[in-house]
Amino acid sequence: MNQKTLRRRLQPAVSTLPRMVPRHGSIYVHQMRVGPGPILLIAGLAVALACSLMACEPRQLGVQHGSIGAVQTIQNIGSDTLVNLALAWAEAYMQLHPEVRISVTGGGSGTGIAAMINGTVDIANASRDMKPEEISAARANGITPVEFVVARDAIAIIVHSTNPVSELTVRQISDIFTGKITNWRQVGGEIRPIVLLSRESNSGTYVYFLENVIRLGDSKSRLLFSPDTLLMPSSEGIGTEVRQNPNAIGYDGLGYVSGEEKVVAVAQDTNRPYVLPSVATVNDGSYPISRPLYMYTAGEPGGHIRAYLNWVLHDGQASVLLLGFVPLQ
Amino acid sequence: MSHTGKTTASRPHWTEFFVESLIRVLGFSTIGFVLLIFVFLLREGLPIFFEVAPGNLFGALWYPTFNLYGTLPLILGSALVTVMAIAIALPLGVATAVFVREVAPHWTRELLKPMIEVLAGIPSVVLGFFGMILVAPIVREFLGVPTGLTAFSGALLLAYMALPTIISVAEDALDAVPKSYRDAGLAMGATQWQTIWRIVVPAARSGIVTAVMLGMGRAIGETMAVMMVTGNAGRMPLSLDSLFRPVRTMTATIAAEMGEVARDSTHYHALFGIGVILFILTFLINLAAATSIFKKRRKGGLR
Repeated sequence: MNQKTLRRRLQPAVSTLPRMVPRHGSIYVHQMRVGPGPILLIAGLAVALACSLMACEPRQLGVQHGSIGAVQTIQNIGSDTLVNLALAWAEAYMQLHPEVRISVTGGGSGTGIAAMINGTVDIANASRDMKPEEISAARANGITPVEFVVARDAIAIIVHSTNPVSELTVRQISDIFTGKITNWRQVGGEIRPIVLLSRESNSGTYVYFLENVIRLGDSKSRLLFSPDTLLMPSSEGIGTEVRQNPNAIGYDGLGYVSGEEKVVAVAQDTNRPYVLPSVATVNDGSYPISRPLYMYTAGEPGGHIRAYLNWVLHDGQASVLLLGFVPLQ
Repeated sequence: MSHTGKTTASRPHWTEFFVESLIRVLGFSTIGFVLLIFVFLLREGLPIFFEVAPGNLFGALWYPTFNLYGTLPLILGSALVTVMAIAIALPLGVATAVFVREVAPHWTRELLKPMIEVLAGIPSVVLGFFGMILVAPIVREFLGVPTGLTAFSGALLLAYMALPTIISVAEDALDAVPKSYRDAGLAMGATQWQTIWRIVVPAARSGIVTAVMLGMGRAIGETMAVMMVTGNAGRMPLSLDSLFRPVRTMTATIAAEMGEVARDSTHYHALFGIGVILFILTFLINLAAATSIFKKRRKGGLR
């Protein structure tokens, strides 16, 4: 949190002193000796120090050096599902537009939306839509959130590579995660206990999975994850445990599934075909567990933020596929 | 002190006065900060005790997204992991301290002591990663449990983290036992083992108790490693096999959920409420450690 606020404070300083920002503190001090007086030196040192604390990338600063007057910045925080995609977009966009600096941070959809409500971020990434409470909290702060669907994601059900179970219906998955089914034998597998893995409750994936899979999309349902569910702090934690443990079952965004886990084919119900998640099956709607991914801005975006979002929605869609997500059609 | 008084009387030593008051202010500010933190914790955490019915608050279900704030599984989870960690670390720590202080030759001792200090410097996230990748699969395969992310794996890592504290404090306690005790023991015809076990360790007992208490304080407050290896399942650890099942601790809950909550929501207050409980527990443990030193001193015994 400190780092985020610090970085925000730093940015105006950088933009007003673009030519003074050095590649390294030492070179900078050298320049200053021939340059202006001691006050500027102190200010500059503060910037250089803040810069080194922040691990500013010298490459980007080098591009700005002497060529452009003002740096435009975009703060982009939120969903861990989206973070890799958002980073790829940011990098590609900064290559095309060196005058724009985009910093991307993860932390969860809730974290991003909370930051947007508090006005500390330009774009919030979310893997779920905003809750009514969040929208009213934003209104209370005088902010009208604007929603952009930027890509689609499918949630893959993953098990250990040696697990013989390869097909499950949504209802079976629901029964497994509520603790009704506790042994793999009950769904046609080996005699092994089932170990349930989930993301932490601050993850948009958690909420989506609960509402659409465990509760089968029924808003009156009061079903919950079994208390035996292991809540993992990261996608990587789920991947690691599924790769190691033949008892485990987990869920995660398709973008985070590596080749080492086994992906289970899912059917909406027993009358429909079992479908593996892929770009094609998500786009034609046959894979039952997929969702849109969002970016939110505080009010209608203007200027460089609008330009960036436009790029994301059009040219940026090319990178979506490369990261295992599903582009908009 | 009297010397300072004299110089101040004869000549106003303003630098001395300045330094003295600076040190005094700094000293008192430590107490002030602890008090302020506690007041802040209470301010943010107390509302939960009014917002949520006690039956819910001390119930068995922790689903904050659905207004179920049962803290009992978290409190019991922390207790289970901590007690188990100390049960592992106590014999190892005391044995190491005895070896370093009483048995090891001088050069070994000089080599071991800094290495034990290094143990304390390993970041907990590194240990957590190590636990997740290496310890958890070993626990699962050797014990045949459904998953290796268990209270036991957490206790192993915590024991490892509490060890440096326990070893250094216990070693200091052994160090404070006068040489005459050992000489007397040996002169009476006791073997070295008998001297250590019957005389030196009992004489250092209160220091060893302090060591354990401090280790426990370290263990109960540890977050990152615990969050990575205990599995964080909010189940009640009441069955006999609970040690080998996942648990959710208070610290991991705060760390995992604090980033998400809206300020001043019930969930936010609930997390601070857990913070209050944790603070009080740690305080009681440290108090117990302090009294055990104090009691012994009053009796005129050894530290």
